[in-house]
Amino acid sequence: MTYEEGFFYVIAAVTVIGALGVVTAKNVVHSALFLILALLGVAAVFILLASEFLAIVQVLVYGGAVTILILFAMMLTRARDVEGSLDGPQRPFAALAAITFMVTTILAVTKTEWRGETEEATVVDINQIGDALFTTWSVPFEIASLVLMVALIGAIILARGEEGE
Amino acid sequence: MIPIDNFLVLSAILFSLGMYGVLARRNAVLILMSVELMLQAVVINFIAFAVYLSPDAFTGVIFAVFVIVIAAAEVGLALGIILRVFRNRQISNVDEADLMKW
Repeated sequence: MTYEEGFFYVIAAVTVIGALGVVTAKNVVHSALFLILALLGVAAVFILLASEFLAIVQVLVYGGAVTILILFAMMLTRARDVEGSLDGPQRPFAALAAITFMVTTILAVTKTEWRGETEEATVVDINQIGDALFTTWSVPFEIASLVLMVALIGAIILARGEEGE
Repeated sequence: MIPIDNFLVLSAILFSLGMYGVLARRNAVLILMSVELMLQAVVINFIAFAVYLSPDAFTGVIFAVFVIVIAAAEVGLALGIILRVFRNRQISNVDEADLMKW
């Protein structure tokens, strides 16, 4: 086992522990904190995949903005004071479905011979990504900015409330 | 070197955990967090395929950027809806929001 693989297994273990914590924690705030762990683990996985730009974006967007938003929503909906279980009665079936999906996917992935697999993760230059975003992918890029604006306006209108409320 | 299979298996595990969370949880915010986990698994897959299988085209990296953008928009909007439901009906569990259920 090379040291790269060793790093990978440590990071993967941290990520999976974080994800397990998200879906099993009994306290919603603990769940959110486990989510931060999982998201930072995924950022480390991006670095192993030689995509440091995406790792930085991941830490900024997810580690920062998204988790703060989620914690705010928990605070505002008093999620900690909700009575009763956090899980519904369908939990065993959910576990069964998830385990079935996981086993089939892992079997399919490990049995497949990937054509043209390179030995190493190839570093994609950040300049290339920028060029591609503004040339080949310029239309999706503009649409994405439109989606962001619409979502922003929609969120403000939804959260602001009616007149005179 | 790390074989691509490792990343794909990790992403499968993350996706299944997120799927379990979406199916089993009652609280809307927790379901949203599980959806985020599933999106992360998808992004890992996209990047792994991009850097291992077609590094010249790197379409997967571009897709990952778009997935992150859409996920950010989705979180903002979903939390707006959750806040609205809570303010109108004082519930934050999805199985209690059954006004339109037949």
